[in-house]
Amino acid sequence: MTSLVIAEHDNASIKGATLNTVTAAAAIGADVHVLVAGHNAGAAAAAAAQIAGVSKVIHADGASLEAGLAENVAAQVLAIASNYTHILFPATANGKNVAPRVAAKLDVGQISDITKVDSPDTFERPIYAGNAIATVQSADAVKVITVRTTGFDAAATGGAAAVETAGAAADSGKSSFVGREVTKSDRPELTAAKIIVSGGRALGSSEKFNEVMTPLADKLGAAIGASRAAVDAGYAANDLQVGQTGKIVAPQLYVACGISGAIQHLAGMKDSKVIVAINKDPEAPIFSVADFGLEADLFTAVPELVAAL
Amino acid sequence: MKVLVAVKRVVDYNVKVRVKSDNSGVDIANVKMSMNPFDEIAVEEAVRLKEKGVVTEVIAVSCGVAQCQETLRTAMAIGADRGILVETAEELQPLAVAKLLKALVDKEQPGLVILGKQAIDDDCNQTGQMLAALADMPQATFASKVELTADKASVTREVDGGLETLAINLPAVITTDLRLNEPRYVTLPNIMKAKKKQLDTFKPEDLGVDVAPRIKTLKVVEPAKRSAGIKVPDVATLVDKLKNVAKVI
Repeated sequence: MTSLVIAEHDNASIKGATLNTVTAAAAIGADVHVLVAGHNAGAAAAAAAQIAGVSKVIHADGASLEAGLAENVAAQVLAIASNYTHILFPATANGKNVAPRVAAKLDVGQISDITKVDSPDTFERPIYAGNAIATVQSADAVKVITVRTTGFDAAATGGAAAVETAGAAADSGKSSFVGREVTKSDRPELTAAKIIVSGGRALGSSEKFNEVMTPLADKLGAAIGASRAAVDAGYAANDLQVGQTGKIVAPQLYVACGISGAIQHLAGMKDSKVIVAINKDPEAPIFSVADFGLEADLFTAVPELVAAL
Repeated sequence: MKVLVAVKRVVDYNVKVRVKSDNSGVDIANVKMSMNPFDEIAVEEAVRLKEKGVVTEVIAVSCGVAQCQETLRTAMAIGADRGILVETAEELQPLAVAKLLKALVDKEQPGLVILGKQAIDDDCNQTGQMLAALADMPQATFASKVELTADKASVTREVDGGLETLAINLPAVITTDLRLNEPRYVTLPNIMKAKKKQLDTFKPEDLGVDVAPRIKTLKVVEPAKRSAGIKVPDVATLVDKLKNVAKVI
Protein backbone atom coordinates (compact mmCIF):
# COMPACT_ATOMS: atom_id res chain seq x y z
CA MET A 1 0.00 0.00 0.00
CA THR A 2 1.52 3.32 -1.08
CA SER A 3 -0.15 6.71 -1.51
CA LEU A 4 0.70 9.34 -4.09
CA VAL A 5 0.04 13.02 -3.36
CA ILE A 6 -0.08 15.36 -6.35
CA ALA A 7 1.64 18.55 -5.22
CA GLU A 8 0.06 21.96 -5.70
CA HIS A 9 2.90 24.29 -6.64
CA ASP A 10 3.91 27.24 -8.80
CA ASN A 11 7.17 25.63 -9.98
CA ALA A 12 9.13 27.75 -7.49
CA SER A 13 7.45 26.70 -4.26
CA ILE A 14 5.00 24.23 -2.77
CA LYS A 15 1.55 25.60 -1.93
CA GLY A 16 0.13 25.08 1.53
CA ALA A 17 -2.68 22.84 0.24
CA THR A 18 -0.05 20.16 -0.46
CA LEU A 19 0.80 19.99 3.25
CA ASN A 20 -2.81 19.30 4.28
CA THR A 21 -3.07 16.64 1.57
CA VAL A 22 0.07 14.90 2.87
CA THR A 23 -1.55 14.76 6.32
CA ALA A 24 -4.64 13.12 4.80
CA ALA A 25 -2.41 10.63 2.97
CA ALA A 26 -0.51 9.85 6.16
CA ALA A 27 -3.83 9.12 7.92
CA ILE A 28 -4.43 6.33 5.40
CA GLY A 29 -1.42 4.65 6.94
CA ALA A 30 0.66 3.88 3.88
CA ASP A 31 3.96 5.24 2.60
CA VAL A 32 3.53 8.69 1.09
CA HIS A 33 5.13 9.75 -2.19
CA VAL A 34 4.69 13.21 -3.70
CA LEU A 35 4.57 13.97 -7.43
CA VAL A 36 5.81 17.41 -8.47
CA ALA A 37 4.86 17.81 -12.12
CA GLY A 38 6.06 21.12 -13.51
CA HIS A 39 8.66 22.97 -15.52
CA ASN A 40 11.93 24.16 -13.99
CA ALA A 41 10.34 23.05 -10.76
CA GLY A 42 13.50 21.86 -9.00
CA ALA A 43 12.95 24.27 -6.12
CA ALA A 44 9.38 23.00 -5.62
CA ALA A 45 10.59 19.39 -5.68
CA ALA A 46 13.28 20.20 -3.13
CA ALA A 47 10.67 21.83 -0.90
CA ALA A 48 8.41 18.77 -1.24
CA ALA A 49 11.27 16.56 -0.08
CA GLN A 50 11.31 18.48 3.20
CA ILE A 51 7.71 17.73 4.11
CA ALA A 52 7.67 15.45 7.14
CA GLY A 53 6.25 12.01 6.45
CA VAL A 54 7.08 11.95 2.75
CA SER A 55 9.33 9.04 1.80
CA LYS A 56 9.90 9.87 -1.88
CA VAL A 57 9.41 12.78 -4.26
CA ILE A 58 8.96 12.17 -7.95
CA HIS A 59 9.93 15.20 -9.97
CA ALA A 60 8.66 15.25 -13.56
CA ASP A 61 9.91 18.25 -15.46
CA GLY A 62 9.03 19.48 -18.92
CA ALA A 63 7.45 22.32 -20.90
CA SER A 64 4.25 20.27 -21.26
CA LEU A 65 3.75 20.52 -17.50
CA GLU A 66 4.48 24.20 -17.01
CA ALA A 67 0.92 25.52 -17.03
CA GLY A 68 -0.64 22.53 -15.29
CA LEU A 69 -2.86 21.60 -18.26
CA ALA A 70 -5.25 18.85 -17.12
CA GLU A 71 -4.60 16.61 -20.12
CA ASN A 72 -0.83 16.55 -19.58
CA VAL A 73 -0.80 16.40 -15.79
CA ALA A 74 -3.33 13.54 -15.85
CA ALA A 75 -1.12 11.65 -18.31
CA GLN A 76 1.83 12.19 -15.98
CA VAL A 77 -0.07 10.76 -13.03
CA LEU A 78 -1.37 7.83 -15.09
CA ALA A 79 2.15 6.93 -16.14
CA ILE A 80 3.00 6.01 -12.54
CA ALA A 81 -0.50 5.27 -11.19
CA SER A 82 -0.03 1.48 -11.21
CA ASN A 83 2.45 1.80 -8.30
CA TYR A 84 -0.17 3.24 -5.97
CA THR A 85 -3.26 2.22 -4.01
CA HIS A 86 -4.30 5.80 -3.25
CA ILE A 87 -3.89 8.93 -5.37
CA LEU A 88 -4.68 12.17 -3.54
CA PHE A 89 -5.08 15.68 -4.90
CA PRO A 90 -5.78 18.81 -2.86
CA ALA A 91 -9.34 19.99 -3.61
CA THR A 92 -8.02 23.19 -5.21
CA ALA A 93 -9.00 24.45 -8.67
CA ASN A 94 -6.06 22.48 -10.10
CA GLY A 95 -6.71 19.31 -8.14
CA LYS A 96 -10.42 19.31 -8.98
CA ASN A 97 -9.55 19.85 -12.63
CA VAL A 98 -7.18 16.90 -12.97
CA ALA A 99 -8.31 14.21 -10.48
CA PRO A 100 -11.50 13.05 -12.28
CA ARG A 101 -9.54 12.63 -15.52
CA VAL A 102 -7.22 10.25 -13.70
CA ALA A 103 -10.09 8.37 -12.04
CA ALA A 104 -12.00 7.92 -15.30
CA LYS A 105 -8.93 6.60 -17.14
CA LEU A 106 -8.36 4.12 -14.30
CA ASP A 107 -12.08 3.22 -14.44
CA VAL A 108 -12.55 3.97 -10.74
CA GLY A 109 -14.94 6.23 -8.88
CA GLN A 110 -13.57 9.38 -7.25
CA ILE A 111 -14.10 10.42 -3.67
CA SER A 112 -14.28 14.21 -3.67
CA ASP A 113 -13.53 16.63 -0.88
CA ILE A 114 -12.81 14.23 1.96
CA THR A 115 -12.69 15.76 5.43
CA LYS A 116 -11.74 12.61 7.36
CA VAL A 117 -10.08 9.24 6.78
CA ASP A 118 -11.89 6.45 8.65
CA SER A 119 -9.91 3.56 7.15
CA PRO A 120 -7.94 2.97 3.93
CA ASP A 121 -11.21 2.51 1.99
CA THR A 122 -13.66 4.59 4.03
CA PHE A 123 -13.84 8.37 4.12
CA GLU A 124 -16.09 11.18 5.27
CA ARG A 125 -17.17 13.97 2.95
CA PRO A 126 -19.72 16.78 3.13
CA ILE A 127 -22.70 16.74 0.75
CA TYR A 128 -25.53 19.23 0.15
CA ALA A 129 -23.34 22.24 0.92
CA GLY A 130 -22.17 20.67 4.15
CA ASN A 131 -25.72 20.13 5.45
CA ALA A 132 -24.95 16.43 5.71
CA ILE A 133 -21.80 14.39 6.16
CA ALA A 134 -21.60 11.11 4.24
CA THR A 135 -19.38 8.19 5.20
CA VAL A 136 -18.48 6.45 1.96
CA GLN A 137 -16.61 3.27 1.14
CA SER A 138 -14.85 2.63 -2.15
CA ALA A 139 -14.75 -0.85 -3.64
CA ASP A 140 -12.24 0.15 -6.34
CA ALA A 141 -8.66 -1.13 -6.37
CA VAL A 142 -7.25 2.40 -6.56
CA LYS A 143 -8.76 5.23 -4.56
CA VAL A 144 -8.67 8.57 -6.33
CA ILE A 145 -9.37 11.26 -3.77
CA THR A 146 -9.52 15.04 -3.48
CA VAL A 147 -8.82 16.43 -0.02
CA ARG A 148 -10.63 19.36 1.51
CA THR A 149 -7.67 21.17 2.98
CA THR A 150 -9.60 22.67 5.90
CA GLY A 151 -10.29 19.12 7.16
CA PHE A 152 -6.63 18.30 7.83
CA ASP A 153 -3.75 20.07 9.58
CA ALA A 154 -0.72 21.06 7.54
CA ALA A 155 2.13 18.54 7.63
CA ALA A 156 5.30 19.82 9.28
CA THR A 157 8.57 20.31 7.46
CA GLY A 158 11.89 18.80 8.45
CA GLY A 159 11.82 15.65 6.35
CA ALA A 160 14.52 14.61 3.92
CA ALA A 161 12.99 12.44 1.22
CA ALA A 162 14.86 11.26 -1.84
CA VAL A 163 14.00 13.08 -5.08
CA GLU A 164 13.67 10.89 -8.14
CA THR A 165 13.31 12.42 -11.58
CA ALA A 166 10.88 11.16 -14.20
CA GLY A 167 10.41 11.99 -17.85
CA ALA A 168 7.64 14.47 -18.60
CA ALA A 169 4.47 13.32 -20.33
CA ALA A 170 4.14 14.35 -23.96
CA ASP A 171 1.95 17.34 -24.75
CA SER A 172 -1.58 16.25 -25.74
CA GLY A 173 -1.59 18.81 -28.55
CA LYS A 174 -5.27 19.44 -27.84
CA SER A 175 -5.07 22.37 -25.47
CA SER A 176 -2.72 25.24 -24.89
CA PHE A 177 -2.22 27.85 -22.23
CA VAL A 178 -2.90 31.41 -23.39
CA GLY A 179 -2.53 33.57 -20.31
CA ARG A 180 -3.23 34.19 -16.69
CA GLU A 181 -4.65 37.18 -14.90
CA VAL A 182 -3.52 36.85 -11.34
CA THR A 183 -5.14 39.15 -8.87
CA LYS A 184 -2.21 41.16 -7.56
CA SER A 185 -2.35 41.57 -3.85
CA ASP A 186 -0.01 41.86 -0.91
CA ARG A 187 -2.59 40.18 1.25
CA PRO A 188 -2.41 36.56 2.34
CA GLU A 189 -4.11 34.08 0.05
CA LEU A 190 -7.75 33.52 0.98
CA THR A 191 -7.54 29.79 1.62
CA ALA A 192 -4.30 30.10 3.62
CA ALA A 193 -5.09 33.24 5.65
CA LYS A 194 -5.23 33.19 9.44
CA ILE A 195 -7.71 36.04 9.46
CA ILE A 196 -10.37 36.79 6.84
CA VAL A 197 -12.63 39.82 6.69
CA SER A 198 -15.55 39.22 4.40
CA GLY A 199 -18.11 41.62 2.97
CA GLY A 200 -21.65 41.13 1.77
CA ARG A 201 -24.27 42.83 -0.34
CA ALA A 202 -24.97 45.37 2.41
CA LEU A 203 -21.81 47.22 1.33
CA GLY A 204 -23.80 48.50 -1.62
CA SER A 205 -21.08 49.20 -4.19
CA SER A 206 -17.60 48.25 -5.26
CA GLU A 207 -16.28 51.63 -3.98
CA LYS A 208 -17.88 51.18 -0.56
CA PHE A 209 -16.65 47.58 -0.42
CA ASN A 210 -13.06 48.75 -0.84
CA GLU A 211 -13.46 51.83 1.32
CA VAL A 212 -14.87 49.88 4.28
CA MET A 213 -13.21 46.48 4.02
CA THR A 214 -9.66 47.40 2.99
CA PRO A 215 -8.68 49.36 6.15
CA LEU A 216 -9.98 46.52 8.32
CA ALA A 217 -8.03 43.93 6.33
CA ASP A 218 -4.91 46.12 6.48
CA LYS A 219 -5.21 46.55 10.22
CA LEU A 220 -5.62 42.81 10.84
CA GLY A 221 -3.22 41.62 8.14
CA ALA A 222 -6.22 39.71 6.82
CA ALA A 223 -7.33 38.34 3.48
CA ILE A 224 -10.53 39.75 2.00
CA GLY A 225 -13.46 37.51 1.17
CA ALA A 226 -16.98 38.14 -0.07
CA SER A 227 -20.40 36.56 -0.19
CA ARG A 228 -21.82 35.36 -3.48
CA ALA A 229 -24.33 38.22 -3.43
CA ALA A 230 -21.48 40.75 -3.23
CA VAL A 231 -19.57 39.06 -6.04
CA ASP A 232 -22.65 38.74 -8.26
CA ALA A 233 -23.35 42.43 -7.72
CA GLY A 234 -19.82 43.24 -8.87
CA TYR A 235 -18.58 44.61 -5.54
CA ALA A 236 -15.74 42.09 -5.30
CA ALA A 237 -13.70 39.89 -7.66
CA ASN A 238 -14.92 36.37 -8.47
CA ASP A 239 -12.05 34.61 -6.76
CA LEU A 240 -12.93 36.21 -3.42
CA GLN A 241 -16.19 34.28 -3.13
CA VAL A 242 -16.47 32.19 0.01
CA GLY A 243 -19.06 29.41 -0.02
CA GLN A 244 -20.26 26.06 -1.30
CA THR A 245 -19.18 26.74 -4.86
CA GLY A 246 -16.44 29.24 -4.08
CA LYS A 247 -13.56 28.97 -1.62
CA ILE A 248 -13.85 26.81 1.48
CA VAL A 249 -12.00 28.53 4.31
CA ALA A 250 -11.30 27.86 7.98
CA PRO A 251 -9.21 30.72 9.38
CA GLN A 252 -8.57 31.46 13.05
CA LEU A 253 -10.84 34.49 12.76
CA TYR A 254 -13.58 35.20 10.22
CA VAL A 255 -15.24 38.61 10.35
CA ALA A 256 -18.48 38.71 8.34
CA CYS A 257 -19.62 42.25 7.59
CA GLY A 258 -23.07 42.78 6.15
CA ILE A 259 -23.41 39.11 5.24
CA SER A 260 -26.82 37.60 6.05
CA GLY A 261 -25.49 34.03 6.09
CA ALA A 262 -27.20 31.94 3.39
CA ILE A 263 -26.54 28.21 3.84
CA GLN A 264 -24.30 28.27 0.78
CA HIS A 265 -22.10 30.92 2.41
CA LEU A 266 -22.04 29.17 5.78
CA ALA A 267 -20.90 26.01 3.98
CA GLY A 268 -17.72 27.82 3.06
CA MET A 269 -16.74 29.28 6.44
CA LYS A 270 -18.48 27.55 9.33
CA ASP A 271 -15.33 25.62 10.28
CA SER A 272 -13.54 28.88 11.13
CA LYS A 273 -12.24 28.91 14.70
CA VAL A 274 -13.83 32.20 15.71
CA ILE A 275 -16.61 33.89 13.75
CA VAL A 276 -17.60 37.51 14.20
CA ALA A 277 -20.75 38.83 12.55
CA ILE A 278 -21.54 42.49 12.10
CA ASN A 279 -25.05 42.99 10.76
CA LYS A 280 -27.87 45.38 11.44
CA ASP A 281 -30.56 42.73 10.94
CA PRO A 282 -31.03 40.95 14.29
CA GLU A 283 -32.65 38.01 12.48
CA ALA A 284 -29.72 37.42 10.10
CA PRO A 285 -28.86 33.68 10.05
CA ILE A 286 -25.15 34.52 10.32
CA PHE A 287 -25.72 35.23 14.04
CA SER A 288 -26.64 31.56 14.56
CA VAL A 289 -23.04 30.51 13.84
CA ALA A 290 -21.21 33.58 15.14
CA ASP A 291 -19.20 33.43 18.36
CA PHE A 292 -19.52 37.18 18.69
CA GLY A 293 -22.38 39.02 17.05
CA LEU A 294 -22.57 42.78 16.83
CA GLU A 295 -25.93 44.14 15.82
CA ALA A 296 -24.91 47.39 14.16
CA ASP A 297 -24.67 49.30 10.92
CA LEU A 298 -21.42 48.17 9.36
CA PHE A 299 -20.72 51.61 7.94
CA THR A 300 -20.23 52.94 11.45
CA ALA A 301 -19.15 49.75 13.24
CA VAL A 302 -16.35 48.72 10.88
CA PRO A 303 -14.51 52.08 10.94
CA GLU A 304 -14.97 52.11 14.70
CA LEU A 305 -13.44 48.65 14.85
CA VAL A 306 -10.51 49.76 12.69
CA ALA A 307 -9.90 52.66 15.07
CA ALA A 308 -10.12 50.43 18.14
CA LEU A 309 -7.67 47.79 16.92
CA MET B 1 -21.98 22.33 -34.95
CA LYS B 2 -24.01 20.36 -32.43
CA VAL B 3 -23.69 21.05 -28.72
CA LEU B 4 -24.60 18.51 -26.08
CA VAL B 5 -25.60 19.88 -22.67
CA ALA B 6 -25.96 17.68 -19.61
CA VAL B 7 -28.58 18.61 -17.02
CA LYS B 8 -29.18 17.07 -13.59
CA ARG B 9 -32.35 17.06 -11.53
CA VAL B 10 -31.44 18.02 -7.97
CA VAL B 11 -33.06 19.23 -4.77
CA ASP B 12 -33.82 22.92 -5.29
CA TYR B 13 -31.19 25.45 -4.28
CA ASN B 14 -33.46 26.95 -1.62
CA VAL B 15 -34.39 23.73 0.15
CA LYS B 16 -32.57 22.94 3.36
CA VAL B 17 -32.29 19.16 3.31
CA ARG B 18 -32.78 16.99 6.37
CA VAL B 19 -30.88 13.86 7.21
CA LYS B 20 -33.14 10.78 7.54
CA SER B 21 -33.52 9.46 11.07
CA ASP B 22 -32.06 6.07 10.09
CA ASN B 23 -28.94 7.84 8.72
CA SER B 24 -29.36 6.19 5.31
CA GLY B 25 -29.34 9.46 3.40
CA VAL B 26 -31.15 12.78 3.13
CA ASP B 27 -34.90 12.97 2.90
CA ILE B 28 -35.87 14.08 -0.59
CA ALA B 29 -39.49 12.90 -0.50
CA ASN B 30 -41.86 15.75 -1.28
CA VAL B 31 -39.16 18.41 -1.63
CA LYS B 32 -38.97 20.74 -4.59
CA MET B 33 -36.67 19.52 -7.34
CA SER B 34 -35.08 21.78 -9.97
CA MET B 35 -32.36 21.84 -12.58
CA ASN B 36 -28.88 22.06 -11.06
CA PRO B 37 -28.06 25.82 -11.21
CA PHE B 38 -24.71 25.28 -12.97
CA ASP B 39 -26.47 23.19 -15.63
CA GLU B 40 -28.93 26.00 -16.24
CA ILE B 41 -25.92 28.20 -16.97
CA ALA B 42 -24.64 25.48 -19.33
CA VAL B 43 -27.93 25.39 -21.25
CA GLU B 44 -28.03 29.17 -21.42
CA GLU B 45 -24.49 29.29 -22.82
CA ALA B 46 -25.28 26.68 -25.48
CA VAL B 47 -28.43 28.55 -26.52
CA ARG B 48 -26.52 31.84 -26.71
CA LEU B 49 -23.91 30.18 -28.94
CA LYS B 50 -26.76 29.03 -31.18
CA GLU B 51 -28.23 32.54 -31.23
CA LYS B 52 -24.81 33.84 -32.31
CA GLY B 53 -24.90 31.41 -35.25
CA VAL B 54 -21.84 29.31 -34.36
CA VAL B 55 -23.95 26.41 -33.17
CA THR B 56 -26.71 24.73 -35.17
CA GLU B 57 -28.34 22.42 -32.65
CA VAL B 58 -28.50 22.19 -28.86
CA ILE B 59 -29.28 18.76 -27.40
CA ALA B 60 -30.05 18.47 -23.68
CA VAL B 61 -29.33 15.19 -21.93
CA SER B 62 -30.36 14.04 -18.49
CA CYS B 63 -29.64 10.74 -16.75
CA GLY B 64 -31.87 9.46 -13.96
CA VAL B 65 -35.47 8.80 -13.00
CA ALA B 66 -38.46 9.38 -15.31
CA GLN B 67 -39.11 12.81 -13.72
CA CYS B 68 -35.88 14.09 -15.30
CA GLN B 69 -38.17 14.69 -18.27
CA GLU B 70 -39.31 17.84 -16.46
CA THR B 71 -35.71 19.00 -16.22
CA LEU B 72 -35.28 18.36 -19.95
CA ARG B 73 -38.47 20.31 -20.72
CA THR B 74 -37.02 23.23 -18.75
CA ALA B 75 -33.83 23.01 -20.82
CA MET B 76 -35.92 23.00 -24.00
CA ALA B 77 -37.91 25.99 -22.71
CA ILE B 78 -34.61 27.88 -22.33
CA GLY B 79 -33.94 27.00 -25.96
CA ALA B 80 -32.49 23.50 -26.35
CA ASP B 81 -33.79 21.93 -29.59
CA ARG B 82 -34.38 18.41 -28.33
CA GLY B 83 -33.83 16.21 -25.32
CA ILE B 84 -32.46 12.78 -24.50
CA LEU B 85 -33.33 10.99 -21.27
CA VAL B 86 -31.27 8.04 -20.12
CA GLU B 87 -33.80 6.55 -17.76
CA THR B 88 -32.91 4.42 -14.75
CA ALA B 89 -34.03 4.16 -11.16
CA GLU B 90 -30.51 3.07 -10.09
CA GLU B 91 -28.29 5.43 -8.14
CA LEU B 92 -26.02 7.09 -10.71
CA GLN B 93 -22.51 8.15 -9.70
CA PRO B 94 -20.39 10.57 -11.77
CA LEU B 95 -18.35 7.82 -13.47
CA ALA B 96 -21.56 6.09 -14.65
CA VAL B 97 -23.01 9.37 -15.93
CA ALA B 98 -19.75 10.15 -17.74
CA LYS B 99 -19.92 6.74 -19.43
CA LEU B 100 -23.55 7.30 -20.47
CA LEU B 101 -22.64 10.71 -21.87
CA LYS B 102 -19.64 9.21 -23.67
CA ALA B 103 -22.00 6.73 -25.40
CA LEU B 104 -24.22 9.63 -26.47
CA VAL B 105 -21.20 11.63 -27.67
CA ASP B 106 -20.27 8.67 -29.89
CA LYS B 107 -23.83 8.62 -31.23
CA GLU B 108 -24.38 12.35 -31.74
CA GLN B 109 -20.82 13.52 -32.50
CA PRO B 110 -21.18 17.01 -30.94
CA GLY B 111 -18.46 19.62 -31.45
CA LEU B 112 -18.81 20.71 -27.84
CA VAL B 113 -20.22 19.33 -24.59
CA ILE B 114 -21.14 21.80 -21.86
CA LEU B 115 -21.85 20.72 -18.28
CA GLY B 116 -22.21 22.43 -14.93
CA LYS B 117 -19.00 22.31 -12.89
CA GLN B 118 -20.67 20.53 -10.00
CA ALA B 119 -24.08 19.37 -8.84
CA ILE B 120 -25.31 21.02 -5.66
CA ASP B 121 -26.50 17.72 -4.16
CA ASP B 122 -23.43 15.44 -4.11
CA ASP B 123 -21.00 18.37 -4.66
CA CYS B 124 -18.71 16.00 -6.60
CA ASN B 125 -17.32 18.18 -9.41
CA GLN B 126 -16.28 15.18 -11.53
CA THR B 127 -18.57 14.35 -14.46
CA GLY B 128 -17.27 16.83 -17.06
CA GLN B 129 -13.63 15.97 -16.48
CA MET B 130 -14.43 12.23 -16.51
CA LEU B 131 -16.32 12.55 -19.80
CA ALA B 132 -13.40 14.49 -21.33
CA ALA B 133 -11.01 11.70 -20.30
CA LEU B 134 -13.24 8.89 -21.58
CA ALA B 135 -13.89 10.67 -24.90
CA ASP B 136 -10.24 11.74 -25.19
CA MET B 137 -11.25 15.37 -25.45
CA PRO B 138 -9.51 18.42 -24.05
CA GLN B 139 -11.30 20.19 -21.22
CA ALA B 140 -11.81 23.69 -19.92
CA THR B 141 -13.43 23.59 -16.48
CA PHE B 142 -14.89 26.40 -14.35
CA ALA B 143 -15.48 28.64 -17.40
CA SER B 144 -16.35 32.30 -16.96
CA LYS B 145 -16.09 33.20 -20.67
CA VAL B 146 -16.33 31.12 -23.85
CA GLU B 147 -15.48 32.18 -27.40
CA LEU B 148 -16.06 29.67 -30.14
CA THR B 149 -14.76 29.36 -33.70
CA ALA B 150 -15.28 26.43 -36.08
CA ASP B 151 -12.55 24.23 -34.62
CA LYS B 152 -11.31 25.95 -31.46
CA ALA B 153 -12.61 27.44 -28.25
CA SER B 154 -10.98 30.11 -26.16
CA VAL B 155 -12.08 29.69 -22.57
CA THR B 156 -11.41 31.89 -19.56
CA ARG B 157 -11.41 29.81 -16.38
CA GLU B 158 -11.82 30.75 -12.73
CA VAL B 159 -8.79 29.41 -10.90
CA ASP B 160 -7.41 30.02 -7.40
CA GLY B 161 -6.15 33.58 -7.28
CA GLY B 162 -7.50 34.82 -10.58
CA LEU B 163 -8.36 33.87 -14.15
CA GLU B 164 -6.66 31.73 -16.73
CA THR B 165 -7.29 31.47 -20.47
CA LEU B 166 -6.90 28.27 -22.47
CA ALA B 167 -7.25 27.52 -26.17
CA ILE B 168 -8.72 24.07 -26.76
CA ASN B 169 -9.32 22.10 -29.94
CA LEU B 170 -12.85 20.94 -30.66
CA PRO B 171 -14.49 18.63 -29.90
CA ALA B 172 -14.06 19.55 -26.25
CA VAL B 173 -15.73 19.59 -22.85
CA ILE B 174 -16.46 22.82 -21.01
CA THR B 175 -17.82 23.07 -17.46
CA THR B 176 -19.48 26.24 -16.28
CA ASP B 177 -18.77 28.46 -13.30
CA LEU B 178 -21.26 30.87 -11.77
CA ARG B 179 -20.32 34.00 -13.65
CA LEU B 180 -20.42 32.61 -17.20
CA ASN B 181 -23.87 34.07 -17.80
CA GLU B 182 -27.19 34.78 -16.16
CA PRO B 183 -29.79 32.30 -17.39
CA ARG B 184 -32.92 33.85 -18.89
CA TYR B 185 -36.35 33.46 -17.34
CA VAL B 186 -38.37 30.94 -19.26
CA THR B 187 -41.56 32.38 -20.70
CA LEU B 188 -44.92 30.64 -20.90
CA PRO B 189 -44.94 30.49 -24.73
CA ASN B 190 -41.51 28.84 -24.61
CA ILE B 191 -42.68 26.36 -21.98
CA MET B 192 -45.59 25.47 -24.30
CA LYS B 193 -43.24 25.15 -27.28
CA ALA B 194 -40.89 22.94 -25.26
CA LYS B 195 -43.68 20.43 -24.68
CA LYS B 196 -43.77 19.72 -28.41
CA LYS B 197 -40.03 19.25 -28.86
CA GLN B 198 -38.55 15.81 -29.48
CA LEU B 199 -37.56 13.81 -26.38
CA ASP B 200 -35.98 10.39 -26.86
CA THR B 201 -35.55 7.89 -24.05
CA PHE B 202 -32.87 5.23 -23.67
CA LYS B 203 -32.00 2.77 -20.95
CA PRO B 204 -28.36 2.37 -19.83
CA GLU B 205 -28.47 -1.16 -21.34
CA ASP B 206 -29.39 0.33 -24.74
CA LEU B 207 -26.12 2.26 -24.56
CA GLY B 208 -24.15 -0.74 -23.31
CA VAL B 209 -23.14 0.96 -20.08
CA ASP B 210 -22.80 -0.70 -16.67
CA VAL B 211 -23.93 1.92 -14.16
CA ALA B 212 -23.36 -0.08 -10.96
CA PRO B 213 -22.18 2.29 -8.18
CA ARG B 214 -18.51 2.03 -7.18
CA ILE B 215 -18.80 3.92 -3.94
CA LYS B 216 -21.10 2.81 -1.17
CA THR B 217 -22.64 5.27 1.24
CA LEU B 218 -22.41 3.70 4.68
CA LYS B 219 -24.18 6.46 6.56
CA VAL B 220 -25.21 10.07 6.39
CA VAL B 221 -25.28 12.22 9.50
CA GLU B 222 -25.95 15.82 10.45
CA PRO B 223 -22.81 17.93 10.63
CA ALA B 224 -21.56 18.95 14.04
CA LYS B 225 -23.65 21.92 15.05
CA ARG B 226 -21.93 25.17 15.70
CA SER B 227 -23.69 26.83 18.54
CA ALA B 228 -24.45 30.50 18.46
CA GLY B 229 -22.20 32.54 20.72
CA ILE B 230 -23.06 35.82 22.32
CA LYS B 231 -24.17 39.22 21.10
CA VAL B 232 -21.87 42.04 22.09
CA PRO B 233 -23.28 45.51 22.72
CA ASP B 234 -20.54 47.57 21.09
CA VAL B 235 -17.24 47.60 19.24
CA ALA B 236 -15.17 48.04 22.41
CA THR B 237 -16.61 44.84 23.91
CA LEU B 238 -16.01 43.01 20.64
CA VAL B 239 -12.34 44.03 20.57
CA ASP B 240 -11.98 43.05 24.23
CA LYS B 241 -13.51 39.59 23.58
CA LEU B 242 -11.29 38.98 20.55
CA LYS B 243 -8.16 40.02 22.42
CA ASN B 244 -8.78 38.51 25.83
CA VAL B 245 -11.32 35.69 25.48
CA ALA B 246 -10.83 34.25 21.99
CA LYS B 247 -7.21 35.49 21.85
CA VAL B 248 -7.21 35.60 18.06
CA ILE B 249 -5.87 39.14 17.59
